[in-house]
Amino acid sequence: MKKNLSHKEIMAIKRVKMPEQDAQDRSRNFKEVNLGLNKEQAIREAQRCLQCKSQPCVDGCPVRVRIPEFIEAVAEGDLPEAARILLADNTLPAVCGRVCPQEDQCEVLCVRGAKSGPVAIGYLERFVADWAMEHPEELTGGKPPQPSGKSVAVVGSGPAGLTMAGELAGMGHSVTIFEALHDTGGVLRYGIPEFRLPKRIVDLEVTRLQNLGVSIECNVIVGKTVTLEELSEEFDAVFIGNGAGLPVMLDLDGENLKGVYSANEYLTRVNLMGAWRNDVPTPIIHGRQVAVIGGGNTAMDAVRTARRLGAERAIILYRRSEAEMPARIEEIKHAKEEGIEFILLAAPLEILGDEQGWVTGLRCQKMELGEPDASGRRRPVPIPGTTFELEVDVVVNAIGTRANPLLTATAPNLKLSPKGNIETDNTGATNLPGVFAGGDIVRGGATVILAMGDGKNAAAAIDAYLKKND
Amino acid sequence: MFEVLQNDTLAPNVHRLVIRAPRIAKARKSGQFVIIHPEKGGERIPLTIADADPQAGTITLFVQAVGPSTLKIVGTPVGDSLQDIAGPLGKETEIERWGKVACVGGGVGTAVLYPLAKALADAGNEVTTIIGGRAKPFIILADALAEFSREVLITTEDGSLGKQGFVTNALQELIDDPELCPQAIFAVGPVPMMRAVCELTRPYGIKTIVSLNPIMIDGTGMCGGCRVKIDNETKFACVDGPEFDGHQVDFALLMDRLTMYREQEAKLVGELPPELQKKIIKVKK
Ligand SMILES: Cc1cc2nc3c(=O)[nH]c(=O)nc-3n(C[C@H](O)[C@H](O)[C@H](O)COP(=O)(O)OP(=O)(O)OC[C@H]3O[C@@H](n4cnc5c(N)ncnc54)[C@H](O)[C@@H]3O)c2cc1C
Ligand SMILES: Cc1cc2nc3c(=O)[nH]c(=O)nc-3n(C[C@H](O)[C@H](O)[C@H](O)COP(=O)(O)OP(=O)(O)OC[C@H]3O[C@@H](n4cnc5c(N)ncnc54)[C@H](O)[C@@H]3O)c2cc1C
Ligand code: SF4
Ligand code: FES
Repeated sequence: MKKNLSHKEIMAIKRVKMPEQDAQDRSRNFKEVNLGLNKEQAIREAQRCLQCKSQPCVDGCPVRVRIPEFIEAVAEGDLPEAARILLADNTLPAVCGRVCPQEDQCEVLCVRGAKSGPVAIGYLERFVADWAMEHPEELTGGKPPQPSGKSVAVVGSGPAGLTMAGELAGMGHSVTIFEALHDTGGVLRYGIPEFRLPKRIVDLEVTRLQNLGVSIECNVIVGKTVTLEELSEEFDAVFIGNGAGLPVMLDLDGENLKGVYSANEYLTRVNLMGAWRNDVPTPIIHGRQVAVIGGGNTAMDAVRTARRLGAERAIILYRRSEAEMPARIEEIKHAKEEGIEFILLAAPLEILGDEQGWVTGLRCQKMELGEPDASGRRRPVPIPGTTFELEVDVVVNAIGTRANPLLTATAPNLKLSPKGNIETDNTGATNLPGVFAGGDIVRGGATVILAMGDGKNAAAAIDAYLKKND
Repeated sequence: MFEVLQNDTLAPNVHRLVIRAPRIAKARKSGQFVIIHPEKGGERIPLTIADADPQAGTITLFVQAVGPSTLKIVGTPVGDSLQDIAGPLGKETEIERWGKVACVGGGVGTAVLYPLAKALADAGNEVTTIIGGRAKPFIILADALAEFSREVLITTEDGSLGKQGFVTNALQELIDDPELCPQAIFAVGPVPMMRAVCELTRPYGIKTIVSLNPIMIDGTGMCGGCRVKIDNETKFACVDGPEFDGHQVDFALLMDRLTMYREQEAKLVGELPPELQKKIIKVKK
């Protein structure tokens, strides 16, 4: 198909727009916002790709998806081939196609970016992954790997652990994932809401791994139910991908008032424990006026969730300006369309409450940007004499998370950074023989694809380690 | 899946459950708890591990039905399984050889107290146990506690068993007796009871340890929902506790945070069929 197009024709194709639910409607339901491309749209978008020899986009991808190759297959309408290429490099493409910050990774490097917008690599990834989920019968082939007789334990079923497990199972190793919560997926399940990443997708990805032979045991807290040492004795190698689940507190007066949540609790109640549904007993406070403190993906998810739970006024309070917000651009745009109010260059000073211990307001301080700090971003500085109050009945703290010490506290010989993250070399190996780690527990709060990249990287290192110790 | 092997009624709506959970049974230490998620989509309920048998691979829980989720747990018949049980969670009790120790339990708190009292006695302490309840049927485990206690003192509000009054009355008498005055006190029960015990012992400077019961979600320090204030510092009860020095606890805050979902819970209880509603005992505030 593509072959019939001239360069001029290719350059004339405009970047596709993702069809999405009407903003007014979707701000009151939990159905997915982005509706996905249809086949015609996908093929047309794929035709925009120039098939660059140097493949700059691939350099931006932490798992090195062969982007031009899968896109070419789409352009030719050969979806099974596109799916085979994509799945060979990416264990969770339907997830990445929805939540990866493509604008900072592959798409930012796309040569078409400057003139007419980069090829919509993320949308195409999502399209192909969704097609693959609906057509498993067209993807069979490839015989199961030879069992290696080696066993590997994986701590945590987030993107790092799942990727790791999938890679190793594909190499014939026997893999068992231990997960502390009662369900799989890590942040994909308990953090990222249904309207961005339907849980059905996480279920399908997990099932695919189980079909590969990966076994998953929920309700096992490594460090409490079993220790790292016990796992090391029982298995030939261990991978730790337990994330960065420890909320950083605001350390403000009023933080313990009723109606003040950490984003982790707020989102867990909704996403993992179904508080958004009417037929589920999990309680949550439905605020009329909700303030979410922070500017990352977590903050956007919390504020849009508040809106969907019925908030009339849902506010993002962020101490820098929009340019410094770490959230994905698409999420910021969607949030605005859904009527989220952004109060920028403002920081909370105190959470106000009533006699009964309920939140009633937030006292804030206006800020301006000063000199760049260690993060390279301009530092927020208070403007003297500019405090103001907001009337709110729910406050959600989304200022970040740190490494959870539960596992590491019971593994005294494991080498940690001063911040409590696990230290590894560039293959993912820790200082303990046969123990590897990756994802947020190593990097601090990062992204899905970086966690997956770590999983993939460590899988190769573990495979080599197991072969060496044969 | 976690099979229920035994399910007995000890008092109105207080059940003893023996459950197969080999990993937890093996790892568990005194003072720790589990979190049960009784049904898909439901709440996660923290419950103290009262006893464990690592050989048999079982744990024992005492559960009081106070709401829909605990009702679901006590309603699980022998042979059926509970969907999810995670643990053991929390810190282990720091057992010292204090000498004379008083263990004070109120209502179902008595069940939480039981493994603690036993561990204290095993460590060579002379344990005096005080248990209180509204009326005779609510007094549980008196015989089991008697096996290792110097004496079990019982108080009921209506005088239907033991002395009429509160546990604090009995504790005051103990403290006033120079022969029996304890060096340490462990108190577990409704928050107002624990607070009253701490207020009583504070002027005497007797070490008083309480086991806190805030609302919990994950139990692993991930959500911060269980935060309590200890000596003016915010702590997560699930990882830093659940036991704390009672003289440092901000009880007013704890009590307040426990009322967070009262309206929503009352509504859920109201939606239960009448015969189930009757099964839920009114928790005194
Ligand atoms: C609300 C929210 C929105 C986000 N949005 C995006 C986004 O749009 N795009 C993006 O790229 N990134 C996003 N991120 C970041 C991304 O989700 C994380 O970087 C990524 O999930 C890290 O993966 P992980 O596998 O290291 O850990 P996690 O996803 O945190 O998974 C760790 C798993 O380990 C389990 N665990 C923890 N301790 C133990 C233990 N002791 N024993 C057994 N199991 C244990 C946990 O229960 C969890 O299931 C978001 C994060 C949040 C919180
Ligand atoms: C570390 C820990 C250990 C515990 N150990 C035990 C135990 O061994 N046995 C046991 O029976 N219970 C124990 N609890 C208390 C138990 O977790 C709660 O009773 C339970 O969560 C209530 O759940 P529900 O959904 O059935 O009731 P809900 O519907 O949540 O509540 C019904 C009513 O009970 C009140 N209530 C809720 N939680 C508590 C509470 N923690 N204390 C007092 N009143 C409450 C509510 O305000 C409401 O009015 C423990 C709690 C903690 C934190
Ligand atoms: S950089 Fe853009 S145009 Fe070039 S191969 Fe990658 S996606 Fe295609
Ligand atoms: S229950 Fe979530 S931090 Fe304690």
